[in-house]
Amino acid sequence: MVVFERPHALLDVPLHYCPGCTHGIVHRLVAECLDELEIEGKTIGIAPVGCSVMAYDYFGCDVIEAAHGRAPAVATGVKRADPSKIVFTYQGDGDLASIGTAETVHAATRNENITVIFINNAIYGMTGGQMAPTSLVGQVTQTSPYGRDPKLCGYPVKICEMLSQLEGPEYLARVTVNNVARVREAKKAIKKAFQNQIDGKGFSLVEVLSACPTNWGKTPKDALKWIDDAMIPYYPLGVYKDRSADQENR
Amino acid sequence: MSEKVLMKGNEAIAEAAITAGCRHYFGYPITPQTEIAAYMAKRMPKIGGTFLQAESEIAAINMVYGAASAGKRVMTSSSSPGISLKSEGISYLAGSDLPAVIVNAQRGGPGLGGIQPSQSDYFQATRGGGHGDYHILVLAPASVQEMAALTVKAFDLADKWRMPAMILADGTIGQVMEPVTFDFDIAPAPEKPWATTGTELRRPHNIVNSLCLQPEELERQNFARFDRYAQVEKEEPLCEEYLTEDADVVVAAFGIAARVSKNAVDEARRQGIKAGLIRPITLWPFPKANFAKLVGKTKAIITVELSMGQMVEDVLLATKCRIPVEKCNRAGGMIPSSERVLREIVEASQGGEIPW
Ligand SMILES: Cc1ncc(C[n+]2csc(CCOP(=O)(O)OP(=O)(O)O)c2C)c(N)n1
Ligand code: SF4
Repeated sequence: MVVFERPHALLDVPLHYCPGCTHGIVHRLVAECLDELEIEGKTIGIAPVGCSVMAYDYFGCDVIEAAHGRAPAVATGVKRADPSKIVFTYQGDGDLASIGTAETVHAATRNENITVIFINNAIYGMTGGQMAPTSLVGQVTQTSPYGRDPKLCGYPVKICEMLSQLEGPEYLARVTVNNVARVREAKKAIKKAFQNQIDGKGFSLVEVLSACPTNWGKTPKDALKWIDDAMIPYYPLGVYKDRSADQENR
Repeated sequence: MSEKVLMKGNEAIAEAAITAGCRHYFGYPITPQTEIAAYMAKRMPKIGGTFLQAESEIAAINMVYGAASAGKRVMTSSSSPGISLKSEGISYLAGSDLPAVIVNAQRGGPGLGGIQPSQSDYFQATRGGGHGDYHILVLAPASVQEMAALTVKAFDLADKWRMPAMILADGTIGQVMEPVTFDFDIAPAPEKPWATTGTELRRPHNIVNSLCLQPEELERQNFARFDRYAQVEKEEPLCEEYLTEDADVVVAAFGIAARVSKNAVDEARRQGIKAGLIRPITLWPFPKANFAKLVGKTKAIITVELSMGQMVEDVLLATKCRIPVEKCNRAGGMIPSSERVLREIVEASQGGEIPW
């Protein structure tokens, strides 16, 4: 029998996330990677503004809470201050793909040696369900009550595809956590994103398609299904860039 | 560098920062402070430091926030429009009790304004600039030597009080070349046990944060911060007084305006008018006590500013409006001439109309 113990890098406190929210799963995956790579003691996490704002209470490593969207810039400051440290950001889609787009793109293009965990739940969770840059066409939210209309507010932003056009970044992958097999895949990608940093390879981003049952107005089960039915068709899973692997294959 | 060298004010700031142990600089180009970035770009790679041109002032100040969280002495510089963009970050620095040094080589505004020297960001600097209840230390150099000395001091004070410190300079002193020495006693930066440097699994995790959702607790934090500010106001005001002891007319000015004013005061004295100069060196904390002392002695104060009149409000508060105050100001990048200041002194000494 396998007993699942709490990873050391995850503190023994109750998480505030809603039932069925996948933030908790991703926290756990990150913590497991910090444990397995034995880097917790030299890791500094950057929490965003969003539902995971209080990640600083959950991770056992040192954590800095950044202003909305600015986590990649803060991470840059920390990493440049001491390149021997491991620095990761944990950001939502409003944070990373709307208000912080410039910081994201430029940290990527500099190939800043950091790890970015990007929670794409197609909604602004913390503020109560407004349209996100990643909300799908037709998606009903508090600020797109008639469904997202591309004529009015454009199309959802595909971060992995967009960043893959840049010379800079090392590794870009999109995963999800809506079933056990995919959770394993997600963990592999997250671990690689940290390993790349340890190896000095540079900017590694893992986009995790996540569920926000509360603001999607769905049961946890239906929310996981919506990832399959609505999100994955628009946001295909996969590795969008892996420079080291590409070079080896050449 | 203990010998005198001829340098631009902006370069003196950069070299002084390095002398003070700053090894991390993040900036974004804007006139008239670009020499600071250019100097850092040349020097930092040679001394194992970081120079990084950020994608915006917003990014730059957040890089500062990161490096400050990691416990390093760190600096950014900009000019007025860029400082507006940094204001969010400065508020976060203040809210997280992080030390850092920010240089503002002010230019005329509002909006895109011009690129000529100005002092019109006085309110923004001394009142905080960003959102929330906070202050930053504000130092106003009036010479190239002071650009250097106050930069070193800014790092010391920022670390001592765990506050952001701003060098509120202007385009003129940034560009002018004067002899300067870097012969400073550099105290080592204090221990920073709060810094996010990794737990090494030997201590509980450190958190750098300004979020606090419990109003009682957030209020407590604000009061505690203001207790610290009260201590700063007691211990740190700096002010130069020049011939104020017997002065009937005192000119109040800082930075480049004080240099122009000093010439006018000297000329007034030659003409037999008892004129003096009071020059705040720290704008926050404002040297209130020096101004309060003038009450009952001085017949008139003339505030000389490169703005529509901002410091004048602190002068009125510090003197409790008990001395008539005349404004002598230019804006938009114009500098009042010492002849104009002299005329104001002469008029005030003759008991001319004070329009207040
Ligand atoms: C400068 C600024 N603008 C707006 C906000 C309000 N705000 C807080 S969280 C948030 C959205 C977060 O959404 P997302 O990044 O998608 O993360 P999620 O909550 O979905 O995990 C917003 C707009 C803020 N705190 N700061
Ligand atoms: S609002 Fe959505 S993203 Fe936020 S905790 Fe709840 S389910 Fe998760």
